[in-house]
Amino acid sequence: MKRVLTIIISFMLVVSLLAGCGGGSADTTKPADNTNTEKPADNESSAKKKYALIVKSTGNPFMEKMAEGFKNAVEEAGGEVINKAPDQPTAEAQIQMIEELVSQKVDCIAISANDPDALQPALQKAMQAGIKVLSLDSAVNKDSRIVHIQQADPEQIGRVEVQAASEMIGGKGEIAVLSATSQATNQNTWIEWMKKELEDSKYKDVKLVKVAYGDDLRDKSVSETEGLLKSYPNLKAIIAPTTVGIAAAGKVLMDKNLKGKIVLTGLGLPSEMAEYIEGGICPWMYLWNPIDLGYLAGCASDALVKGTITGKEGEKFTAGKLGEKSITKAADGGTEIMLGPPFKFDSENIGEWKSVY
Amino acid sequence: MEHRNIISKKQFSLKSFFFQWEWMLVLIFIIVNIINAFLSPYYLNSRKLLDATMTFLDKAFIVLPMAFVIILGDIDISVASTLALSAVVMAVSYNAGVPMVLAMIICLAVGTICGFINGILIVKFKELSAVIVTLSTQIIYRGIAYIILEDQASGKFPSWYRSLGWGYIGGIPIIVIVFAIFAVLYGLLLHKTTFGRYVYAMGNNITASRFSGVQVDKIKVTVFTLAGLMAAVAGLFLTSRMGSTRPNVANGYELDVIAMVVLGGISTAGGKGRMIGAIISIFLIGFLRYGLGLVNVNSQVLLIIIGLLLIFAVMIPNIRRIQRSSFHKADKGTHSIEMKS
Repeated sequence: MKRVLTIIISFMLVVSLLAGCGGGSADTTKPADNTNTEKPADNESSAKKKYALIVKSTGNPFMEKMAEGFKNAVEEAGGEVINKAPDQPTAEAQIQMIEELVSQKVDCIAISANDPDALQPALQKAMQAGIKVLSLDSAVNKDSRIVHIQQADPEQIGRVEVQAASEMIGGKGEIAVLSATSQATNQNTWIEWMKKELEDSKYKDVKLVKVAYGDDLRDKSVSETEGLLKSYPNLKAIIAPTTVGIAAAGKVLMDKNLKGKIVLTGLGLPSEMAEYIEGGICPWMYLWNPIDLGYLAGCASDALVKGTITGKEGEKFTAGKLGEKSITKAADGGTEIMLGPPFKFDSENIGEWKSVY
Repeated sequence: MEHRNIISKKQFSLKSFFFQWEWMLVLIFIIVNIINAFLSPYYLNSRKLLDATMTFLDKAFIVLPMAFVIILGDIDISVASTLALSAVVMAVSYNAGVPMVLAMIICLAVGTICGFINGILIVKFKELSAVIVTLSTQIIYRGIAYIILEDQASGKFPSWYRSLGWGYIGGIPIIVIVFAIFAVLYGLLLHKTTFGRYVYAMGNNITASRFSGVQVDKIKVTVFTLAGLMAAVAGLFLTSRMGSTRPNVANGYELDVIAMVVLGGISTAGGKGRMIGAIISIFLIGFLRYGLGLVNVNSQVLLIIIGLLLIFAVMIPNIRRIQRSSFHKADKGTHSIEMKS
């Protein structure tokens, strides 16, 4: 009987140890939400408003920068941040996280969606529970949100990338797109606009041969890029409108020493892409500031929770250091808040930006 | 003499009763719940807990037949791909104008066929192990799903279909009720029928079973077919929750499912374990995830915790075996001590 007892006790110890280290690591990774794991702070948290951010997946530097900006804005407003990131970029994982946040009675959920429609039931449930829901970066459909934070005009992003690629290859040759997941709302909208831009007669010699999906996973993006190179030996340019994809493609082109044969452009993080821009593999690319994007979302969340805005078209609010922002009509029939135009990074200015983000 | 025998027998059975893995699971389950309740003030809320079951019960449907597969000493890693293929075929056929109810039946049929093919391949090509066969079909089934949908999503289902995954009957989620029915059915099938007894017999010694006149091939095919069918059932619920489906849906589910079965005390060597263990471990892992999610533990740490739990589960029988062998060596000594006290 003694042995049974020992085993039972050791069980208890191990399990409590596990739970303990779980709680502990939550503290270290997210210093902002230690109020959740420590009992005495609970009273304080009921006074503090809770703002949750769900990003597409872990290990995505763009998402991390965005979360940083979101945190800054919320802390300026005196709120508490809960940061959640699924280990796989799937809607299933995000649904589960939304359920957990509804149970925690947060005040606001900002989400970068892995699927525009699959999250609808979960997000509607959250809104029925009185939680303000907004999307940023990658939108959810108009029935699943109050407002969307749009990084830049999708039409402009799509058109400008095709213009860049066409200019780089001299207006002639095969091009391919390396996207994120096939369900990523933002990438799909941009690709639609790329296709529209390509209809122009000046691109009659430019042919879009394939849209590949790297799922914002590094290994899959690398193998998709290699696949493109194999299937289309005459490929002249790759457009990767995703920070993970463009970095993976840059690495493949560099490893295979394809500088000058195939050019790369798209949307990338300056810190990750500096090597390839300076090396000439990617002559220039675009992006907006992910920190500002997160910051704007944080300010909008705060305005929604405090009731300054309700998400209707025409409303205005002050977004901290970004100044006054207004709510406009979005292409899908809902409303959105626009951050600004895309910013061009080339060998001239990459040096100063690569240390920023 | 006789009297003493009975007593020692009784003591032994009492001990082994509490030593059962299922009791350990219940204990861990209770501890996990207590810890969760301490960690988060939002955890103990029956309504929310019921809602939380909706997020993990979809894969639980596959746990039931997977228990049979593992008791046979085999493994089926194609279930997630089967799920994806049947869901994709359902979505495509509905969008091609097939009525929803018929599309759901097609979904179940596709899953059943996938499972049947696995079973047939395994019994016809004895030199191939189940791992190899289902590894191949895992790639093939998902590949077909990709060919059908090409990395796109398909959905736009009628609104009543959503209530399958999100609806309630009398305050209890529909998915919980359906799962309870299936769990009872599979429990009875494993423990109360000759079919179930044969499954155990085959897991312990397949050659002896064959020579004893058990139709081993037939039973194996049936078990794998059931796995395919239940993967399709899981697909029905998952698609309902997601509102749409894609070829890469349920990626990695097979490992979650196998983890739940193994944690449930069902030995991968075959022939051991009970259905109730697998069912408890579904809720154990589910509530552990939910509870730690409530305190916003990041997702990698969560995976590590579940991994550790699993290693622990696999280790326990080995520790017990070592203990038992040392116990036998010191048999006489301990007996005399026990009698004295």
